Amino acid sequence: MSREQQAVARARKAFETGRSKPLEYRIHQLQNLQRLFSERQKEISDAINKDLKRSEVGMQMFETLGLEGEIALTIKKLKEWAAPRPVEKNLMTLSDTVYVWPEPLGVVLIIGAWNYPWAVTVQPLIGAIAAGNAAVVKPSEVCVHTAKVMEELLPVYIDKELYPVVCGGVPETQELLRQRFDHIFYTGNSTVGKLIMEAAAKHLTPVTLELGGKSPCYIDKNCDLSIACRRVAWGKFTNCGQTCIAPDYVLCEPSIQDRVIEEVKKSIKDFYTDNPKTCPDYGRIINQRHFKRIMGLLEDSAVTVGGENDESNCYIAPTVLRDVKPEAKVMQEEIFGPLLPIVPISGLDEAIKFINKGEKPLALYVFSSDDKVINRLRDQTSSGGFLANDCLVHFSVSSLPFGGVGNSGMGCYHGRFSFDQLSHLRGCLIKQLKMEGVNKMRYPPHTPKKLGWARFFILKTFNLGWVGRMLLLAVLAVVGAVVLQKYLQ
Amino acid sequence: MTDLLLSRCGFREVFSTFSEVCCPNLSEWKGDFIRPSVFTMSREQVVVERARRAFQTGRSKPLDFRIQQLKKLQSFICERQKDITDALRRDLSKNEFVSELFETLVLEAELKLTISRLADWAAPRPVEKNLLTLTDEAYVKPEPLGLVLIIGPWNYPWALTLLPLVGAIAAGNAVVIKPSEISLNSSNVMEEYLPQYIDKDLYPVVTGGAAETQELLKQKFDHIFYTGSSSVGKLVMEAAARHLTPVTLELGGKSPCYIDKNCDITTACRRITWGKLTNCGQTCIAPDYVLCESVVQSRVLEEIKKSIKEFYTDNPKVSDDYGRIVSQRHFKRLMGLMEGSTVAFGGDVDESQLYIGPTVLEGVTSESRVMKEEIFGPLLPIITVDGVEEAIQFINDREKPLVLYVFSYDKKLIKRMLAETSSGALLANDCLVHFIDSALPFGGVGHSGMGRYRGRHSFDLLSNLRSCLIKQLHLERVNSMRYPPHNSRRLGWARFFLLTQISLRRLGYVLAMLAALSAFLVQKYLRQD
Repeated sequence: MSREQQAVARARKAFETGRSKPLEYRIHQLQNLQRLFSERQKEISDAINKDLKRSEVGMQMFETLGLEGEIALTIKKLKEWAAPRPVEKNLMTLSDTVYVWPEPLGVVLIIGAWNYPWAVTVQPLIGAIAAGNAAVVKPSEVCVHTAKVMEELLPVYIDKELYPVVCGGVPETQELLRQRFDHIFYTGNSTVGKLIMEAAAKHLTPVTLELGGKSPCYIDKNCDLSIACRRVAWGKFTNCGQTCIAPDYVLCEPSIQDRVIEEVKKSIKDFYTDNPKTCPDYGRIINQRHFKRIMGLLEDSAVTVGGENDESNCYIAPTVLRDVKPEAKVMQEEIFGPLLPIVPISGLDEAIKFINKGEKPLALYVFSSDDKVINRLRDQTSSGGFLANDCLVHFSVSSLPFGGVGNSGMGCYHGRFSFDQLSHLRGCLIKQLKMEGVNKMRYPPHTPKKLGWARFFILKTFNLGWVGRMLLLAVLAVVGAVVLQKYLQ
Repeated sequence: MTDLLLSRCGFREVFSTFSEVCCPNLSEWKGDFIRPSVFTMSREQVVVERARRAFQTGRSKPLDFRIQQLKKLQSFICERQKDITDALRRDLSKNEFVSELFETLVLEAELKLTISRLADWAAPRPVEKNLLTLTDEAYVKPEPLGLVLIIGPWNYPWALTLLPLVGAIAAGNAVVIKPSEISLNSSNVMEEYLPQYIDKDLYPVVTGGAAETQELLKQKFDHIFYTGSSSVGKLVMEAAARHLTPVTLELGGKSPCYIDKNCDITTACRRITWGKLTNCGQTCIAPDYVLCESVVQSRVLEEIKKSIKEFYTDNPKVSDDYGRIVSQRHFKRLMGLMEGSTVAFGGDVDESQLYIGPTVLEGVTSESRVMKEEIFGPLLPIITVDGVEEAIQFINDREKPLVLYVFSYDKKLIKRMLAETSSGALLANDCLVHFIDSALPFGGVGHSGMGRYRGRHSFDLLSNLRSCLIKQLHLERVNSMRYPPHNSRRLGWARFFLLTQISLRRLGYVLAMLAALSAFLVQKYLRQD
């Protein structure tokens, strides 16, 4: 029995004991997770710094702060989310109890990514724990130091049988994928996403795939370019562009291209000084392979800002490319690096056409002061998320479901959506063993009269909710009138 | 010369469709040598391409268009009742009452609901804001996915193929409809008449068998909705994976039915008999087998016998309300399942008519053949257990079913069943009827399926629920906390804004109440003057 098989079998056994189900237990585990982040900041930070050269403050801002918020929200709302959810009744179910009952799925597999290893690996884990599941956590082996720290620290704080950490590379992941899970949550690229879904199909395991793609960013000439470009630069160069929702490329009219370049250049200087290489807030490319890949993308485009690089350091400066053609190498794949191509287009129409030629992206950005432009872009394109006049920040709004569509993924999470995604929402109808007379209409021998009754009951729909509310309002109005009248006397 | 060749071979239609789809300037082809590629595009590919192009025109998106198409679907069901009923009679020996009661009635209800609620469902859905998004617009906007493939089953060919279609149209998609070839007459009627009512480019019907389905599955869709068996479900999901297409799989399994000794056995057994024998047991949510204590077993058998007689007379074979098995293959399969078990009642068969009488089996254990697969026929095994604990163990030793039935007066027992098992749905004290309640999401879990539909759930399932955050290009100073150079002070602000949870709704109520109170006090003060 392989190590992976053992970990999964152990997790399933632990789940079957039922101990992950009580709300108190789930909250207790989440509180332990909270403690991990407050007590072990230093180790987490050091490992991230070694993997991605992120400063401690940067690490907190982009990794653990979001998690702290998510854990706090989940602990606060868990009772509400896990409670039975009554549904609207109709004529046939008037005297019945009808609700949706959230329950755990069982054993969830979480395959994390390397770019925000804590954020994208632990956030689904929060949802999995909250929903009462066991979860096998497989951090990305590409962020070597962080994977090690995760493997060391998580078992110290949370139940190590229910939530084992399994480290390893491709063979270990493949071995894991041969086992049976009740849900697989994968964050990474579309190519591997397909393999994950194929493997999941063999066990009829549902999947959530948080993938990527080229997230377009349209800058309208009618907007505050200074602010727009600052936000775009921040969105692009955070974590050296290694963000699934980074603005991949900019579309704008030729008349503003120079100004856009100017403003982006200014922002780069504001953020990372004249020499980003020495700036503690500017990161590095994760490894040699990605460094080479990104450098390769520069081949047939004109560098107008940056371009400096140092292979020994995996350093690529914040770089802007101008007059980029659609056929350019940099436009053929998701960049996932600090290169910002500017593709000139004649206007909104061409921008929409351009965007729709590609696969549906994870995020779509538009910068404009004109609502009509924003609405048009929104209505004539499709994407996982749509953000006007800023970058990245929709990720931190936990009431918005976060996920892709088409090649950028399937399923969604964050906040309550994580809980729902990793639960089974079981429909429950509790009837009584009486009023059998009403059921006569459905039993054979079938007759036109019985059918007539069935038609009446099934086709008569009225919104009981609305009627109830109106009745309540009417009663309140009457009571209010009576009280007021009495008082005025 | 080209034209002559094409018309001789009968490929004119394929060619004209192909050129329409791929080559709008037909003159490009005139006089050209026909490239082999014309003949390698399959009929399925052509249809899918056409549907996608139709979707890209944008005409399926406006709400008016969707409602108009749904109303046409209503007309179709109303005007073609006879064709539908005749087809069902030939496919499954369903009479017109059974056809209406179990197929078209639920479709009519779904259409009515969807048409009346569509504007509400399709509207942007505002979400709760936080401190950082106070001045922004934050909402979820439902939008069409694109092209949906619906693969229908044969047991309720109309209900289970067209119910998802209602959701797909409502959500603004184009849809390729692939009815089951096993319910051949229904499939033919669908192919012939549906295009006369709803947009034939946006919602084409593609008939055929395994080969045609496989060809369809090679194409790219934006969602695949499959109803059928778990084994084919795996193949559908595997095919979908190649295009990263999300899937809804409405599968099956063995739906257990626990009868507690503490209940009205007469009523319980009547409902179970109805649930089991409707459509001759060929229902994905039929109670597959019964679990009960031995002390009530003979009573259960008695009551079931009584109900069978009540419904179908002493001779169900001549009752017009009793169906037939869909095919020879399934008939033989069911006959095989009976081996090794004792027939307590029924067991009479007639292969020439594909008739299997209502049959109750005893002496059934977990090793019996009838317990090795979903029955999908009119055989009802009764298995004795020592009580609810053993029943729960028995149920949990098997794959998660599509539905779990429990009959009992004891609310605690029902709650225990709910808490200690898992299934797509749980229905207490009745069978099948949770399907009619469109407010309840309908779907499986584990081997019984993934995804849920019905009513608004269908709409959501077949939409892209797109998160939208519309910010302004002002208040840039607030953003300074997130920009480099990072420092502890800025981080402190970020912590404050991101971690402070205030319920804006509650705040709103409190403010409203304060406003009302002050208005009242001011008014009082003014009156006193």
